[in-house]
Amino acid sequence: MASHSDIPNRAGSQRRRAKEAEAEAAGAEKYSVLLPTYNERENLPLIVWLLVKSFEESGNNCEIIVIDDGSPDGTQEVAKQLEKIYGSDKILLRPRAKKLGLGTAYIHGIQHATGNFIIIMDADLSHHPKFIPEFIRKQKEGNFDIVCGTRYRGNGGVYGWDLKRKIISRGANLFTQILLRPGVSDLTGSFRLYRKEVLQKLMEKCVSKGYVFQMEMIVRARQLNFTIGEVPISFVDRVYGESKLGGNEIVSFLKGLLTLFATT
Amino acid sequence: MTRLEKWMSTLLVLMLIWLCLVQDLLNLGYSKKFHDVILSLPVYLLVTAGSYLLGTLGFRLANFNDCEEAAQELFMQIQEAQADLSSKGLIL
Ligand SMILES: Nc1nc2c(ncn2[C@@H]2O[C@H](COP(=O)(O)OP(=O)(O)OP(=O)(O)O)[C@@H](O)[C@H]2O)c(=O)[nH]1
Ligand SMILES: [Mg+2]
Repeated sequence: MASHSDIPNRAGSQRRRAKEAEAEAAGAEKYSVLLPTYNERENLPLIVWLLVKSFEESGNNCEIIVIDDGSPDGTQEVAKQLEKIYGSDKILLRPRAKKLGLGTAYIHGIQHATGNFIIIMDADLSHHPKFIPEFIRKQKEGNFDIVCGTRYRGNGGVYGWDLKRKIISRGANLFTQILLRPGVSDLTGSFRLYRKEVLQKLMEKCVSKGYVFQMEMIVRARQLNFTIGEVPISFVDRVYGESKLGGNEIVSFLKGLLTLFATT
Repeated sequence: MTRLEKWMSTLLVLMLIWLCLVQDLLNLGYSKKFHDVILSLPVYLLVTAGSYLLGTLGFRLANFNDCEEAAQELFMQIQEAQADLSSKGLIL
C-alpha cells in the first residue's frame, strides 16, 4: 500500500524538479518565502503544505525559510520533520535561540534567502498561499518593486472578526489614510512580496515595531520612489494558537502613526 | 516638509484668510447676515468634514467583505493537508 502511494508521489516530485530546472535555465525568478514562527506547531505543517501545493500548481521556483524563535511548544521539531519530507533545498530552517521579535526575524531570514524576490507572510494560516501566484502576476504586470495584499479593496476581506474589531480596523485605516496618504489601501497588512534588494534597503531604514513597522515600510518605500501594486486577499483569523500582540496595541499604533506623521 | 508641517501651514493660511474676512480687512463692507455666515464658517466646515468621515466609515464598514467561502475552503484544505502529511510520515 505504502509503496503504491509512493509512485505518483515520486513522479510528481520528478516532474516538479524538471519544471524547476527548466525555470532556472530560463533565468526565471526565484521566490523566498519567509515564515517567522513562534508557537506555531499546529499551523506550520499546514502552511508549508499549502505553500508547496501553490508553488507546484503555479510552477514558480521557491524556497521556504522558517525562522523559529525557540518556540517552547516544539515548533522546531515539527519543522525538522517537514525538512525531511520536502527536502532541505525547499525547507530551510534558520532558527534563533530566543524570541527576538518579528522585525529582526525578517532581517535574519533575508540573509539566508537565495531568491531574487522575498515573500513575507504570517505562519498562522491567516494568509493563504493561493494568493501568491496573483502577487507574482501583479508584480510582472507592472514590474512593481513591492506587491501588497489588501483586505480593504475589491474582493478582499476578513473572516472571524466581530463588529468591534471591524470598526477599529476600518477606523484606524481611514485615519491613517488621511494623515499619511500612502496610496496603499492596507498599511498594516503583513502579506507582501518584495524585490530582495528593495526589502533589504527598507529594512535598514525602518525602526518601528509591530503594526507600525509594516506601515513605515510603505511610507519609506514611497519616499524612495519604489513602485507598489496591490492584490485583494481574504484574511481568515487564526484557528490554532494564540495571538501574540498585547492589549496596548491601539496606543502603540497611534503613537507610531503620529510619529510618522510628524517626521516624514 | 513633513506631513505635520504641511497640515499646519495649510491650517494657518486658512485661518488667516478667515480672520481677514471676519475683520473685513479688505473693506468689502458686507451685511450683518453675511458676516454671521463667515463667523460660523469653521463650524460648518467641521460638521461637514465630520459627517463625510462618518459616512465614509459607515460605507466602508458595510462593504467590508466577510470571507465565508475562503474560510470554508481553508478548513477543507486543512483536513486534506493533515491526511496527506500523516501519510508522508509527519507525527504531530
Ligand atoms: N520568529 C518570530 N516569529 C514571531 C514572533 N512574534 C510573532 N511571530 C510570528 O509572526 C506571525 C504573526 O504573528 P501573530 O501573533 O499572528 O500576529 P498577528 O497576526 O498580528 O495577530 P493574530 O493573528 O491576531 O494572532 C506568526 O507567524 C507568528 O508566529 C517573534 O518574536 N519571532
Ligand atoms: Mg496573525
